[in-house]
Amino acid sequence: MGTPGFLPIERFQSLIDTLTDDGFRCVAPQVRDGAILYDTLTGVQQLPKGVHQEQSNGRYRLHNTDSPRYFSWANGPQAIKPLTFAPREDLWYAEVNSDGNLKFYQAPTESEPVAVIGVRACDLAALALQDKHFLNAFPDPYYEARRKRLLLIAVNCTHAADTCFCADTGDGPEVQSGYDLSLHETDSGYFVTAGTLAGEMLMHRLPLEPGDDALYSDARNEVSHAGESQRRRLPQQDIQELLFSNLDHPQWQAVAERCLSCGNCTQVCPTCFCHSENEVPSTSGQSTAHQRQWDSCFTPGHSYIHGITLRKDTASRYRQWLTHKFGSWQSQYDRSGCVGCGRCISWCPVGIDPTEEILQISQSPTGEQA
Amino acid sequence: MINPYLPLEAEVVERIQETPTIVTLRLRLTDPDARHRFYCAPGQFNMLYLYGVGEVPISIKSGPQSFLDQTLLLDHTIRAVGRVTRALVKLEPGDKLGVRGPYGRGWPLNQAGGKDVHIITGGLGCAPAVSVVHELLRQRSLYGRISIVQGVKHSDDLIWRDQYEHWAKQPDTHVLLAADQADASWRWHTGMVTGLLDQLALDTTRSLAMLCGPEPMMRASAERLIELGLAPEQIWLSMERNMQCAIGHCGHCQFGAAFVCKDGPVFNYPAVRALLGTRGF
Repeated sequence: MGTPGFLPIERFQSLIDTLTDDGFRCVAPQVRDGAILYDTLTGVQQLPKGVHQEQSNGRYRLHNTDSPRYFSWANGPQAIKPLTFAPREDLWYAEVNSDGNLKFYQAPTESEPVAVIGVRACDLAALALQDKHFLNAFPDPYYEARRKRLLLIAVNCTHAADTCFCADTGDGPEVQSGYDLSLHETDSGYFVTAGTLAGEMLMHRLPLEPGDDALYSDARNEVSHAGESQRRRLPQQDIQELLFSNLDHPQWQAVAERCLSCGNCTQVCPTCFCHSENEVPSTSGQSTAHQRQWDSCFTPGHSYIHGITLRKDTASRYRQWLTHKFGSWQSQYDRSGCVGCGRCISWCPVGIDPTEEILQISQSPTGEQA
Repeated sequence: MINPYLPLEAEVVERIQETPTIVTLRLRLTDPDARHRFYCAPGQFNMLYLYGVGEVPISIKSGPQSFLDQTLLLDHTIRAVGRVTRALVKLEPGDKLGVRGPYGRGWPLNQAGGKDVHIITGGLGCAPAVSVVHELLRQRSLYGRISIVQGVKHSDDLIWRDQYEHWAKQPDTHVLLAADQADASWRWHTGMVTGLLDQLALDTTRSLAMLCGPEPMMRASAERLIELGLAPEQIWLSMERNMQCAIGHCGHCQFGAAFVCKDGPVFNYPAVRALLGTRGF
């Protein structure tokens, strides 16, 4: 494969303009309230130019630099998940008439085309996992409609955060699949590769120049280096087997001493899918909206059943999250539910790192190993 | 596209007060087309929706026969324990509610042909088993010996006493009842339901056991049956967990790797044996 076409950084706006002409709403990273968030974008000036990140356990800080790059940081608290699995949405409405008869209406599904610029490898891996979950034997019509409207423009990571471990989970830092277009970033512009027909058609309309071989080689090396620089690792063993054979390990209590059961980890996790369904009656009393919203296995309500809360304490809730994310996901969807984005480490108010918790159990297992 | 979340309207045709806290609602879907399309296997459940309050999963007590002969009443026996169920049991004939379903995997009737079937239930766990008993008796000649074992905490808690007496009169069908505490009129076993399992006269080469009730009772019964010679694979049980979507999406019903709503509620015992009784799962 030869060197891909090159989009000079001063022409990056043409990507946004072409997508806008095609009827897409562009969603891209921007700095807001001290974090990088994904939201509607119309001009390159909104991108986080020169922004670098400092992430560590319980810490997330942005710094401005002179770098001309837009993507020289790893991730923000959210990326694609809210665009496909909405934090809160109406599923259906019920109306009652004066005779007490009920009518049910499906809530409209989302159809506006959205192009996401700056999708990372870990986010694409997480999206593939959410697809497996929501588009299974009972395809979720709301998720499916939101998913189908997306055009995904990925960026290969050159600046891993201290919290990243995508190289260890095998999900990054180089994007592998699931993108329409992918970009390799350099100081002077972007090498552009298409992953789908839609991406190819878009690419042909961009003002690309022939790419420089040496520069492309440097760009790829930066991505490799972003993988090699990562230091967090999971133990090289069957983690599902490890966790489920250590359900009484003292580490569960040890982590519960620190865990606030706040649910931040589950809210920033790009693969967490739990949601609750709630009724929101109108003030007229004649109609009601049946909504769903993100839920967390750290809430008491998550394990409620006929008057009983099955997971009353933090130790059992943390164990549920970890045994599911790193363990039973393997049986459910043939791989771990973790893509190594490290968000749960940065956004945990007390800086708990699941890789460290798993390591503790791995180093002093109490259960029988198969 | 079919929306798996959207309920259908149903009407309460009859309300039966079984005990002070247990009510059976007999429901009819108001749309005749939906009524004709509806079919469920014994052991499956519906999501019942009360306007403005919410949804709960409730097992379907009616057997397949009631759908085939077009009487099409969906019987749901509900214990008032939570926010939604306490409101549901107050419905009266003529009231409307929402129904969607059926969901989940039911009892393994396709494996029961020619075999003895032992149905062991505790408390309101008898409700999800009623439909399977009806189905076994409807095609009585297809199956071997049938045992129906039900345990309750107190003898006053026994519902459907007439039905048990009727079942006891069916050919090669044995009914055994137990109450942990009993008043003087109780003429069956006093003690745990597991105390009755020795009386099953198990032919371990051709038996299936179907269990439904509180988890400690199911676990104790399953382990006792294994001591008596049944293989774990011959034992099936029906599980309960928080269910909000009923299609494996919302995540609440996960039991280890299983989504109880779609992989169950009826499981083969080896699939749940390791975690059953583990606090927090």
